[in-house]
Amino acid sequence: MALLEIRDLRVEVAGKEILRGISLDVEAGKVHAILGPNGSGKSTLSHVIAGRPGYDVTGGGVRFDGLDLLEMKADERARKGVFLAFQYPVEIPGVTTTTFLRHALNARRREHGEPELDAMEFVKVMRRKTKELGITDDLLKRPVNVGFSGGEKKRNEILQMAILEPRLAVLDETDSGLDIDALKVVSDGINALRSAYRGVLLITHYQRLLDYVVPDRVHVLAHGRIVKSGGKELALELEETGYAEFLDSAAA
Amino acid sequence: MKAKTRGLTPFLARLDGVVDAGQPDWAVALRRSGLTVYREEGLPHPKIEAWKYTRLDGLTRTAFEADVAAPGGLTVPDGRVAGMTEAHRLVFVNGRHNPELSDDNLADNGIEIATLGAPEAAPGWVTERIGRVLDLDGMPLAALNAALWRDGAAIKVADGAQLQKPLHLIFLAAASTPAMFQARHLLIAGRGSRATVIESHVGQEGAPTFSNSVMEVVLEDAAVLDHAKLVDEATHSFHIAATALSLGQGARYNGFVLTLGGRLVRNETRVHLAAEGAECRLGGAYVAAGDAVVDNTVFVDHASPGAASRVTFKGVIDDTARGVFQGKTLVRPQAQKTDGHQIHKALLLSPGAEIDAKPELEIYADDVKCGHGATAAQLDEDMVFYFLARGIPEASARRLLVEAFLGDVVGEIESPEIADAMSSALARRLAEIRADHGA
Repeated sequence: MALLEIRDLRVEVAGKEILRGISLDVEAGKVHAILGPNGSGKSTLSHVIAGRPGYDVTGGGVRFDGLDLLEMKADERARKGVFLAFQYPVEIPGVTTTTFLRHALNARRREHGEPELDAMEFVKVMRRKTKELGITDDLLKRPVNVGFSGGEKKRNEILQMAILEPRLAVLDETDSGLDIDALKVVSDGINALRSAYRGVLLITHYQRLLDYVVPDRVHVLAHGRIVKSGGKELALELEETGYAEFLDSAAA
Repeated sequence: MKAKTRGLTPFLARLDGVVDAGQPDWAVALRRSGLTVYREEGLPHPKIEAWKYTRLDGLTRTAFEADVAAPGGLTVPDGRVAGMTEAHRLVFVNGRHNPELSDDNLADNGIEIATLGAPEAAPGWVTERIGRVLDLDGMPLAALNAALWRDGAAIKVADGAQLQKPLHLIFLAAASTPAMFQARHLLIAGRGSRATVIESHVGQEGAPTFSNSVMEVVLEDAAVLDHAKLVDEATHSFHIAATALSLGQGARYNGFVLTLGGRLVRNETRVHLAAEGAECRLGGAYVAAGDAVVDNTVFVDHASPGAASRVTFKGVIDDTARGVFQGKTLVRPQAQKTDGHQIHKALLLSPGAEIDAKPELEIYADDVKCGHGATAAQLDEDMVFYFLARGIPEASARRLLVEAFLGDVVGEIESPEIADAMSSALARRLAEIRADHGA
């Protein structure tokens, strides 16, 4: 049984079908990349997995660790170990990153029957994680994402992932808007978090992220369907040819 | 014909005989002035602009009585009054000074305290100043207070005195039959003095109470006063209060009003910036839930050049509650170089919640910096989802966002001890809201 099992998933947004029958397995310990042009349904897939409201599942299903994921509310999914790294991380004025993450981690610990961490204990956990990831902790005292640069916001997503230790990480265009230095920092973070225990779904428009985070499997999404799957060499192939052939064949 | 609302003058019968009880001249004069205005204006109704958004119908449906005794064994609810551990306490119960619950020794270097239950014993500084700060015209409920007051606190901080401990005025309301009381207070901060005064108005659940109070505050030249007011009345109770301030040259007033409970609460603050360089900072926060109405009405009168005012209120409104904010800044022709700003921001938590905000600027001087604004918003669902996506339950997410919304106005409080007391009172109240929603 794979960690994440998507079967013939069909999703509509405001009456329009965006995902038109997707099937995909992500195993623990593996990194799957989903590549696709704009409008192919990449973000819809990540949002449906995370449980964002506004998406109507009209067919198929998603199981996570054997559980019916679609039956769970977004916060419950997260506590069970699903993590979405946002394409556009949200700014939360008035709530520091430390406070936000402490609530998140303690919610997860409660769910798993572990004692909550007090402020002091939590700071220790954060210090350790920032050190492991080689990121500075200057962001932690500031309100969540407020006034952060694009790179800082993505770095913050990776830090959150490191602290919450999800079983499934869905990274939605985490590479978008990053310069090469920021991309390296973020990629190093993702690589540091690869583990036999964790499945990763990398969703991206560009292949360049895959130069840094080498996937086990690559899937091409076009017009709401997975039109081709293969090994990491598929990404290189796409770099040469672009999406044109898939757009034509999928539309036909 | 529709029910008559104009000219409604309840409580009139109580006015008979209040001025001929053998009282000193100053008390008789104050009562007469109140009687005249109240008889003329009556209970405010929605056709009066200043009361357009806050109806007092509910007041007239309850038979409030004066001098209702509180149930025996009443104590100060330490978990609900402002958390000022190092403060002198002066306690009033149902509008009357209660020596048993008050600290024995309120004497501090440089402060004089009197209570007004025995008007004939009032010191000269009370009789000379009381009734001189607040103009009763257009203030019928303050006029009713002027006519009917029975007790109150009078405080004088000596010139140049720096009070070591804050003074905590605690007003408890507790009754088993509907009770009304009209306390009257006077606070004088002498030249160059510095003091901290906190009021806690806390009601115990039971029969409804109607507190109609007036506080006159004088800041003499270069005085600095940190003043906070916490209102947490019982669910069915009414709290109407007028605070009138007069600031001398270079005086600085840092005020904060936090409203957490009561069926109808109106905090009306009238600020007279009477001399050059006076500065008034007035902040406020409120949580209105159930079918409560919370009204903050602020009038700032820039009557002198070079004075500054900052009025910042924020409210969170849930259920079918209503918030009212009326802020007016008047800049008179002589008040050049005025720096006057006011803002109100409301966060509406439910579809039935309502805010009526009316910011006004009236400017007759040409070299001024003034601004005003009002916003109303709901919680941002993208923000809520970001919390959910990290596993934080929805109720906690909403509470954290609400705390964050109110947090900045509390964070602007200059005095750290007042800021601490206000933020912990607020956190306690917001935890209750979360519980009510059952999530």
